[in-house]
Parts: sequence; structure tokens; C-alpha cells
Amino acid sequence: MNFIDSKELLELCHKNNCSISEVMIQREMQLFKCSREEIMERMAHAYDIMKRAAERALRENLVSMDGLGGGESKRLFLNAGKHSVCGEMMSKAMSYAVGVLEVNCAMGLIVAAPTAGSSGVIPGVFLAMQEHFELTDEQMVKALFNAGAIGYLMTCNTSLLGAESGYQMEVGIASAMAAAAVCEMMGASPEVSLDAAATAITNMLGLGCNPVAGVEETPCQKRNVMGVSNALISAEMTLCGLKQMIPFDETLDTIYRLSRIMPEELG
Amino acid sequence: MKELSVFDIIGPNMIGPSSAHTTGALKIAKVAYQLAPKKLDKVTFILYGSFAKTYKNHGTDRALVAGLLGMNQEDERIKDAFICAREKGLNYEFRTSDSAHIKHPNTVDIIMQDTEGNTISITGSSIGAGAINIDKVNGMEVFFNGEYHTLLVRHQDQPGLVAHITNCLNNWKINIAYMRVYREHNGKMASTIVEVDEAICSQVLDAISNHIAVQYARIIH
Repeated sequence: MNFIDSKELLELCHKNNCSISEVMIQREMQLFKCSREEIMERMAHAYDIMKRAAERALRENLVSMDGLGGGESKRLFLNAGKHSVCGEMMSKAMSYAVGVLEVNCAMGLIVAAPTAGSSGVIPGVFLAMQEHFELTDEQMVKALFNAGAIGYLMTCNTSLLGAESGYQMEVGIASAMAAAAVCEMMGASPEVSLDAAATAITNMLGLGCNPVAGVEETPCQKRNVMGVSNALISAEMTLCGLKQMIPFDETLDTIYRLSRIMPEELG
Repeated sequence: MKELSVFDIIGPNMIGPSSAHTTGALKIAKVAYQLAPKKLDKVTFILYGSFAKTYKNHGTDRALVAGLLGMNQEDERIKDAFICAREKGLNYEFRTSDSAHIKHPNTVDIIMQDTEGNTISITGSSIGAGAINIDKVNGMEVFFNGEYHTLLVRHQDQPGLVAHITNCLNNWKINIAYMRVYREHNGKMASTIVEVDEAICSQVLDAISNHIAVQYARIIH
């Protein structure tokens, strides 16, 4: 069970009457000759690392390696109540995303999903979704395979090296992965997941990498927050039936061609 | 080309801040750790390109020392690698070079010296997303990337050595993915690097080493 584009992925979903995450689990089992338990356990470990990183930023006083940052996650979390401009759920998602980036910048343990520079997006979205909709860990771990399938398609058809292709390929991809996973968490079809991912990508097209004074955490951290919001709004729009005219595979082709013509300074 | 796993996308699990500057550096140093002489006295790291410019802020120095201490990429002590090195008596030194003779911007030479003054060195580059290439071993140009279980055998350049190595692997039903022989001088010394699908146990190493023309055999990944 393997696929190289979203058309083949959808065919597999329909043929087996299953979700994107289930196709990805089956693919992993077959290609790497692993049991379902092994794979689920490994993904649960990754989710646990994401959770612990977000919690750590709320508990400890982290200082980044360059001494410039720390404490941002707490500020956002403390404001997640009635003073929040974005609403409680979005504010918490923002806080968790920033927290994971704080841990990353303080040489702590994170999951590169898909890269270290974009490692806040998926935990931010997933942890806030889990709390808000009271989802189980099993549901979250399964949804990570949906996100993984989207990231896999992007890697197959483009290149995941953010250093060469700008931030569209890091935070952009992370938010497309999260958007697709949110749709599956909410019980939507594989088509809806792919449309949400396509929306998330088109929203991020052309975003370069612009480190300030050679330091990646600025503006990297805040861009992870943008990735969180982009994932949630892309999922919401698609779940509400707003049409996505551009097929997912075409958005991949576009982001790839765009990364080839991006000036080196923005790569 | 290896198939992508879902854990290449949701992963690797790693110590920040950068897969190229931290995780890749650690992986290169772990290859050095596997090759390290028994009585390691001193390690010199020579950093090139982007490694040379940003190694402090990106924790590349700590990751390199952590790799030499054998830590894995999820180890939360990587940040405190300098303290761990002091406790274990590992002497190290960092140098930078502005030489342009490098294949990739994130390149490091790791030179390990034992108490008798013998040196073992590797050159590796971190090519992005935590992936690495090992470009040189003891000054000899090689190519492997640590994606497979990897074996390095240094031996006399003479007929039958490759057959000896592959026989030993066959006896343990280990399948070879890639294999290359690098010769230093005709009829003198050569190194064989074998990348295999199954884990290599110490009995295989013993069997390979048990040949008069084999100087040493090491698992390097």
C-alpha cells in the first residue's frame, strides 16, 4: 500500500473505505515490516514529547541559547481567558506553539514536525484541539498519521529543506499537515482534509525565511503562531464547505516551482 | 533511495535548536565515537562554513561533544555536554577554518588522538534535516550517510579479503545494501565500508577481525 500523490491516496482511502491516517498506518506497516503496535507506540512517544515540551515551557523559566528569549508561552497562556482577543482555544494553541519553540531554542527535546524551525505548529494545534474537544490520546496519535501523510506527499513532490526553500516549506507545510489532521479529528472525509491542506498552502505561498540578525528564533517563533492560526482557519473554512478550487497536488507543484525561483536571500 | 517513513516527517525526535546544526552535528560525532581509540586523549573539532560562524548559538559545539560521549539524539543532557565531558575527562578543543575546500557549508573535521599520539580522523557534513554524509575517514575520501547499519574494516590490500568479509556476513544472514573498497596504496592498506540491512552483532565483528590481514573492524553506525 503506497502512494505518490493525493489522487492515489484518495483511491486507497476509497478502495479500503478508510481514513488517510489508516492508509498511512498500513503503508508504514507494509513498507517497514513493523507491527501496528510498534508504530502506534512510536507515534505515541512522539506525541508525548510534544506534550512535555509545551508543558515544560509553562512550568520552567527557559532561556534561549542566545539569551534573547524565554517566557513567551506563559504570557500567552495567562491571557487565554476572557481578555483574549483570539478566543481561549486559539490563545492556548498559540501558547503551546510558542512554548515548543522556546524549548527548541533552549536545547530541549522536541519533535521536528516536519522541521525544528516549525516544530511548534502541530503541537500547538493538536494540544489545543484535544483540550477543547476532549479528544483521547489515541485519537490524537492517529491524527498524527494523517498529518504525516500530508507531509510525506509534500516531501515526495517537493523538498522539505526549509533552508533552501523559505518558510513556506517549513511553517507552511506544518500548518497544511495540521489543517488536514484537524479535519479528520472532526470526522470529515479524506477529500476535506486534502482541501484544507491545499488552502493552508496557498495561504503561505511565497513566505521566505528572514532571520533577524542571524538569529532564527526571531521571527521563527511568531511565524509558528501564524502557522497555528493558518491551520485552524484553513480547517474551519473547509469544514464549513468553502470551496477550494485548486487541487492539493497542484499547490505542491506551485510551492515547488516558487521555491526554485525564490531569491537566494529568502531561501 | 530509501522509502520515506512517517517518522521522517513527524520526526526526528531531537534536541533543538536546529536539525542541521544540532542533530546532524551529533550524528557525525557519534560516527567518530564508534571509531574512537580505546585510550582517547584529546579531540579536536575543526569547523567550516556555516558551522564555523554559528556553532555557539546553535549549540553545535555541545552536540559534537555529546556525540563523542555517545549520547543519542533524544538525550536531554546534550545541553550540558561540556559538564559531562569534564566529569568523564574528555579533553576537546574547537577551531574554525575559513577554507573553501569543503563539499557542504556545515562541515567538521574530528581528529581523535590517543595517549600514544596515534590519530583517527573523520570529516563529515550535515546536509539538512538531520541527515549527514561522512566524506573522509583518516584523510581518505569515502561516502556513506549512516542511514544503514555500517561496518568499516581496515585491512591489507590483498586477494580474498572482500570474500572473507562477505562470507562472515553471509554466515549471519546479513544482507548487504551497499559496499565499497577504498585503497590507500596498491598492495598496502585498504578500507572496506559495508552498509547492511540487519544489525551487526559483535560475533560478526570478531569473525571478520579473526583474519591475519585485518587490522580492525568497527561498527560505525
